[in-house]
Amino acid sequence: MTVSVTPKAAAQIRKALAKRGSGVGLRVAVKTSGCSGYAYAIEFADAAQPDDLLFDSEGVQLLVDARSLPMVDGTQLDWVREGLNEGFKFNNPNATANCGCGESFAV
Amino acid sequence: MALLQIAEPGLAAAPHQHRLAVGIDLGTTNSLVATVRSGLPTVLADELGRTLLPSVVHYGADGVLRLGDEARSHALSDAANTIASAKRLIGRSLADITAGTVPYTLVEMGNSAVGVRTRAGLKSPVDIAAEVLRVLKDRAVASLGGELVGAVITVPAYFDDAQRQATKDAASRAGLHVLRLLNEPTAAAVAYGLDSGNEGVYVVYDLGGGTFDVSILRLTRGVFEVIATAGDAMLGGDDFDHALAAWFSQRSDGWTDADMAALHAAARRAKEALTDADEVLMQCTRSDGSAVVQPLSRADFDALTRPLIERTLGPVKRALRDAKLKADEVDGVVLVGGSTRMPAARAAVAQLFGREPFTGIDPDQAVALGAAIQANALAGNHAGGDDAGLLLLDVNPLSLGLETMGGLVEKIIPRNSTVPTARAQDFTTFKDGQTAMMLHIVQGERDLVSECRSLARVTLRGIPPMVAGAARIRVSFQIDADGLLSVSAVEQVSGARAQAEVKPSHGLATDAVADMLQDALGSAETDAAARMLREAEVDARRLHDATVAALHEDGDALLSSPEQFQILKAMQGVADVLAECAEDEGSTPAAQKTLREELRRATDELNRITTPFAGRRMDARVRQALSGRTVEQMAA
Repeated sequence: MTVSVTPKAAAQIRKALAKRGSGVGLRVAVKTSGCSGYAYAIEFADAAQPDDLLFDSEGVQLLVDARSLPMVDGTQLDWVREGLNEGFKFNNPNATANCGCGESFAV
Repeated sequence: MALLQIAEPGLAAAPHQHRLAVGIDLGTTNSLVATVRSGLPTVLADELGRTLLPSVVHYGADGVLRLGDEARSHALSDAANTIASAKRLIGRSLADITAGTVPYTLVEMGNSAVGVRTRAGLKSPVDIAAEVLRVLKDRAVASLGGELVGAVITVPAYFDDAQRQATKDAASRAGLHVLRLLNEPTAAAVAYGLDSGNEGVYVVYDLGGGTFDVSILRLTRGVFEVIATAGDAMLGGDDFDHALAAWFSQRSDGWTDADMAALHAAARRAKEALTDADEVLMQCTRSDGSAVVQPLSRADFDALTRPLIERTLGPVKRALRDAKLKADEVDGVVLVGGSTRMPAARAAVAQLFGREPFTGIDPDQAVALGAAIQANALAGNHAGGDDAGLLLLDVNPLSLGLETMGGLVEKIIPRNSTVPTARAQDFTTFKDGQTAMMLHIVQGERDLVSECRSLARVTLRGIPPMVAGAARIRVSFQIDADGLLSVSAVEQVSGARAQAEVKPSHGLATDAVADMLQDALGSAETDAAARMLREAEVDARRLHDATVAALHEDGDALLSSPEQFQILKAMQGVADVLAECAEDEGSTPAAQKTLREELRRATDELNRITTPFAGRRMDARVRQALSGRTVEQMAA
C-alpha cells in the first residue's frame, strides 16, 4: 500500500507548506461525489488522525485515511502544467473510468 | 482536465451545514422513513405515533385516496380497488405475474408494463409507489420542518435495472430527489454499525414480507464491500401466511373466495402470536358470520413452514459459494425483516452458521435506519463520527454483456462486480465493408443469448467501409451508483458513436433471477459445448466467406480449373457441415462435440487446399506493389 508524489509535485507541496507557514504534510482523500462516483481532495494537514496512514515520498509527508486508501493505493500525485493552468494530477491505477473534468473517477 | 489545488483542512468538503435528508425503506408490505437527528438515526412516526406505513393504496368510491392502515381496512370490502404489494409489480410485465395471485384486475399498459384497473382509472405500480412515497415525504417534511435535500431509497438486492429505474421514477413523481438507491441488506449492515469495526465478513439475512435477500459483506479498514448477493424475489412472510391459511382452510369445509382476506389476516395474527407463545388458538370469522377455531402449536407451525425456511438456505449457500467462503468463515450474521422474528428462522440461521445472529435493532426498522445514515452522509452532513465519508460499495447481481456472432454472449461486466463501475472492450466488424453494427445488450450468466435476458438493442451506424476485422469499435458499459446501466459504442477511426441508457422495457419473469443463476450453474457443460460449436461455426463461415471473396477476385488469374474445382469441393464440404449445424437445436453436448469435430475437419481441409492459393495471392500483391519501381525508389 503506497501513495507517492513526483519530484515536481514534492517541490510544489514544500513551497505551498512553506508559504502557509504551518502544517505537517498533505492529506490525500477520496469523497463520494463527482460525476464518475468518487472525487479526490487534497488538503494541508495540521496533524495526523488516528486512522491515518503516513507515507513519506520525496521528502514530503502524505496522510491518507484508511477509508480512502483502497481507492488511491498506488497513486502517484504529479504536478503538471496544461496551457495556462497548472496544478496537481492523480495517476491512479485503481481508476477504471475518469470523467471529462478529471475531478472524479470510478473504481 | 481540471487540476487540483491544495485546500485548507475541511474546506475541500462541502461547507458545514445540516441538510435534511431521509432514508426510505419502500417495502413490499410496509414502508418507513428515517433520518439522522443529532447524530442518531431515528424512524419518523406519523401524528398518531405509527412508524410502519402499510404499502397499501385504496381508491375509494367517494373519490378519496387512502393510504396505509386506512387503506388496508378496505382490503376485505373493496379488494379490487385496494392495491397492496405494488412492489411485486413494479418494473415488470403482465406476463411475469402469475394469474390469480392478486385480488385486483391487472391489464397491460403501454411499453409492456403492467397496470392495475381501479375505479380511479388505470394505475401503474409506479403511480402506486409514488403515492406511498409522497405520504412518507410529507411525514418527513412535517416532522423535520424543512424541505428535503433528497432521499436514499432502498431496493432488494435482486432488483434488475428496470425495477430500479421504476423505483426512481416513482420517487421523482412523489417530488423526491433520489440521492441513491441502496440495496436493503447493505442498508441494514450500516444500521448495525458494522462499518465501525475493523475487518470481517458479515452475512445479512433479510426475510421481509415479500422478498428474501442475502448479502455477504466484507469489511476492510472500515470500508464496506458487498462481495456477493443472492435471494428469492418471491419469498417472504406472506408465503408463511399463505401456507398457514391453506393448512387452516383444509381443516374445515365451506370456505368461499370472499373469506380469503380474513383467512390470511387470521393466519398472520397466529404466526405473529407464535413468536412469543408456544401454542395459540387460530380463529377466523367467515363472511357468512360463522367462526372457525383451531389450536396451533409452534411445533406444528414450524413443521408446516419448514420447506419455506429451507428455501431461504439455498440462496445463502449460493452466496457463500459465490464469495468463495465457508459458513464458519463468517464473522457475524445480521437478521433483517419482520419475518426474522420467527424463532424457526433464527434457529435455522444459527444452525447453518454455528453462531447466534445479531438482532439488536428492530428488524422492521434496520433498513430504513441504515438508509438514513447513508442519506445523511450523501447530503454532505459530517457528523464528525465514523460515519463521515462512508464509502459504500455495491455489486451488480447479474453479468452484463453483448451478443456477438453466433448468438454468443460476451460478458463485459461480470456478476458481483462492485458498482459504480465502467468497463470497455474493443469489437470489430465481421463482414467486408460492414457499415453498421447492432449492439444487443443482455443480462445473465449463460453463454447463449437465447438463454439470457435482453435489455436493449442499439445500432451503431457510419462505420467507414473496411475489410472485416479492421474496424475498431470500443464499447463501454457503465453502471452508476444506483446500478443503472448506460452503454456507448465509438468507432475509433470515424468517431461514429451510438449510445443507450437501459430503460425498463419489461420485467423479469417470476423467479427469473434465481432461475437464471441456477440454470447457469446446472448447465455449464451444455453451455461450453454449445459455445465451442458456435465459435467453430463462426470461424468456418468467416473462412468460407473469405474464400468466396478471394476466388471472385483472383480465382481465374491464379488458379487452374482443376485447382478451382478442388477448392469449390472443399468449400462445399464446409457448407454442408454448416447446414447441419444450422439444424442443430439443443442437441446433447456429445452430439455437438461430434458436429464440431466434423466442422473442424472440413475447415482444416479447406485451409489446406487454399494455402497455395493464399501464397500465390500474396506473391501477386508484392509483385504489384514493386513493379515499375527502381531500387533507388525502394530504398527511399
